[in-house]
Amino acid sequence: MTHAAAAHHTSMGLDSRKMAFWAFIGSECLLFGSLISTYLIYKGKSVVGPYPHDILNIPFTSVSTFDLLMSSLMMVLALAAVQRGDLKWAKIWLFATAFLGILFLGGQVYEFTSFVREGLTLQTNLFGCTFFVLTGTHGAHVTVGVLWLLTLWVRALQGKLGPAQALTVEISGLYWHFVDVVWIVIFTLVYLIQ
Amino acid sequence: MPEAGEHAHPTVGTYLRVAAILVILTVLEVGVFYVPAFHVVLVPTLLALSAVKFALVVLFYMHLRMDSRFFSFLFGGPFLLAVVVLVALLFLFFGHFTLRGAAGGGGAGG
Repeated sequence: MTHAAAAHHTSMGLDSRKMAFWAFIGSECLLFGSLISTYLIYKGKSVVGPYPHDILNIPFTSVSTFDLLMSSLMMVLALAAVQRGDLKWAKIWLFATAFLGILFLGGQVYEFTSFVREGLTLQTNLFGCTFFVLTGTHGAHVTVGVLWLLTLWVRALQGKLGPAQALTVEISGLYWHFVDVVWIVIFTLVYLIQ
Repeated sequence: MPEAGEHAHPTVGTYLRVAAILVILTVLEVGVFYVPAFHVVLVPTLLALSAVKFALVVLFYMHLRMDSRFFSFLFGGPFLLAVVVLVALLFLFFGHFTLRGAAGGGGAGG
């Protein structure tokens, strides 16, 4: 633990950055809770199509879900590598996590553009409005996560990511895993339960 | 080094086992969606599988199982509040009762 990190301890003996980040994740639960509630309340209330069963591609989204789950695995492997001072594997796993995140975003861009081509936009109906806002907000979070991971990867390339910075990687991991659990919920409630 | 109230993180083996379970559960979810025989119990089955996946990621990958209980409180409190608000809104919009207790087709928000 560096002196800088030790200076962040609270009176509870917990790291204040980690505590603050858990509080932030708690607030994010409420944000996504409100977006998911809105989607579910307006579900089935669209007066014009396309409707969810006309347009949602389950096989494609299942692959995206698998991709995001695997990125979470890469993230914990990166953290384990950083904690044991294995810079080589830390670089590999961090890049793999970011790469899988970019793949997920590519899939989302493909899905959104194909939906627009099929006539579903933000203004088409209640389904389009709530679907794009919910999954778009999640995609924005994934984008932030990818940028954060790439920043860590560059720091690893510069040799500045040792066991002393493990907490920094752990906090970025908390964010990435949260994005993953939000997608677990979205995949079930939006895509599978139509 | 673990902080106060924290324990060592899981091993790489544990991470891999959790990933394998997550993949199996995702395959089950998609499988259940496509098997007509399961459509009677589709919603509860999918919700249960999703809840298990959610719990596995939060407990093992986000380390809540071994970290301080205060972090569980910081996450669990808002999460439960979000779930309660979601369920309450669904009852208001789709429940077959109104806030006055009389039977109603469309609910209070209807």
